[in-house]
Amino acid sequence: MSTNKDKTEKNERTLRERWHGLNYKTKDFIQSWMFSGPSVLGVSVFFILPFLVVVYYSVIKSPLNPEFVFLENFQNVIGNQAFKIAVKNTADFSIVAVPLAVILSLGLALMLEARIPLKSQFRTFFLSPMMVPVASVVLIWQVLFDRNGVLNEIMLTFGLDKIDWLKSEWAIGVIVVLYLWKNLGYNMILFMAALSNIPRELLEVADVEGASETYKFFSIKLRYLSPTVLFVTILSMINSFKVFREIYLLTGEYPVERLYMLQHFMNNTFEALDYQKLSAAAVILAIAMVIIIALLFKVEDSFGKDVEG
Amino acid sequence: MKKKKYFGRAAMFIISAVFAFLFLMPTVLTITNSFMEQSEINANYGMIFSNITGDRGYIADKVTLKFIPDKVSLSQYITALIKSPDYLLKFWNSVILVVPIVFLQLGTAALASYGFTRWRGKFRSFMFFFYVILMLMPYQVTLVPNYLVSEWMGILNTRWSIIFPGMFAPFSVFLLTKSMRRIPASLIEAAKLDGASEWQIFTRVCLPQCRSALYSIAILVFIDYWNMVEQPIILLPDPAQQPLSVYLSQINAGEVGIAFAVATIYMIPTLLLFLHGEEYLVEGIAHQGSVKG
Repeated sequence: MSTNKDKTEKNERTLRERWHGLNYKTKDFIQSWMFSGPSVLGVSVFFILPFLVVVYYSVIKSPLNPEFVFLENFQNVIGNQAFKIAVKNTADFSIVAVPLAVILSLGLALMLEARIPLKSQFRTFFLSPMMVPVASVVLIWQVLFDRNGVLNEIMLTFGLDKIDWLKSEWAIGVIVVLYLWKNLGYNMILFMAALSNIPRELLEVADVEGASETYKFFSIKLRYLSPTVLFVTILSMINSFKVFREIYLLTGEYPVERLYMLQHFMNNTFEALDYQKLSAAAVILAIAMVIIIALLFKVEDSFGKDVEG
Repeated sequence: MKKKKYFGRAAMFIISAVFAFLFLMPTVLTITNSFMEQSEINANYGMIFSNITGDRGYIADKVTLKFIPDKVSLSQYITALIKSPDYLLKFWNSVILVVPIVFLQLGTAALASYGFTRWRGKFRSFMFFFYVILMLMPYQVTLVPNYLVSEWMGILNTRWSIIFPGMFAPFSVFLLTKSMRRIPASLIEAAKLDGASEWQIFTRVCLPQCRSALYSIAILVFIDYWNMVEQPIILLPDPAQQPLSVYLSQINAGEVGIAFAVATIYMIPTLLLFLHGEEYLVEGIAHQGSVKG
């Protein structure tokens, strides 16, 4: 027993001695990787390395027959009818929903910036949908938007015709509403923070000079807000890819064609285990995202030049 | 002039109130409807969920939206909790998926963000840039690599296929690094002069400084995974292991009453977190500011 203990003690001492014997640079290196190592390793194993394999898969014939086919898989995916529909629907949705999410949340933030009663309660109310799981409110959405639902009852009393909201052209509009319901609060908080960071003196000077509210908004506030507008736009775009949840929970695996999103396409391709199609689709999407984000950065860069310095 | 301003504020108040009503209505309706008896649910919503089984009783020819039940009853909860343990099981599935992800993700992220704050070599800045790109990628991109790794490791269709990628999700690394970089360098230098080791600086100086950031990120990660739908469908197709967030929509029409009760139970953890941590959450979101910097 005691010899064992001695042994470990000795081992420990030598380890410690060895540690102290190391030069500063090595010590620093080891320490630095004790901290970022686990995360970098995990990200590499679960995201980066497999993504490289995805890129590889996207240019070969099949994992069993690794013949280099270059763009063939991409052509197959782009030519795929389901993929086209999915891209079109997702793009249509984002083009409508993202600007609305940015503008409306900025509007809410501006309203709460003005001195109105119950301000902090309103903030809580606006933020609350973010904390409600989608699955929990799906029932109410069904009650509201069903063919025999509440919304149609209201329309009937006004003498309008029933619309099958979730199964017609209108479906995408309904999903936009659900998306805004969930995301406006979060964006609003971001804008409120940015608004409170605008230097007061600047706005006061503008007041003294007799500047109009419109001038103050477009020439002062919006310039200072431009990095936040960029951030909210990117965030809203990412979230717009998540509306699959609402669609899936509301309409099941097979929605009407207008609600067939990219995630539906991916799910079906996963089911078929078509690695080539999956990989090519993932690569196309990744490239598209990088291009869109880079463009947004460029736009913001030229717009907000004067204030960031 | 003054009168005009007053009018403007009144208009804004009214618009805010309308928005507040719209924002709150679905949540409040779900909660109040969960206290209705099955007969009342059938009567109100019979037109929508038309294949209600069992004793149908009276069904109104129009849907009626009621905020307050005719008779407050706990019968739906009793059925959901005691008579059909399925829901509790799914709830538990959610818990054992989400809680480990929150703790593991925050743990690795705290370590990593300290690393990214204290050491800023070329390689690390490159990695950080990569984290940001990865953070901006939608599931449609990241699920494919996740699926491949899970398959190679043989953990497909087990909880680990969701927990591992969740543990290393770059989201909290990004946010925590931002808040750690705000810690004044002098604080760290002072600790160093006092002979503190890196580990001591990390645990005694940096972590306490980031307490509110950690809390708000924990809330954000929790709600994100509590809500998950995409990952379980693909990585965990086994219905017995799926979380309630996926299962809730599969409750068949005959159990609408129970569904309201289960939906309410499912939002309790996130609503409690919200009520308790709203200030931290708002502060945490506000600090995200811009993607740059």
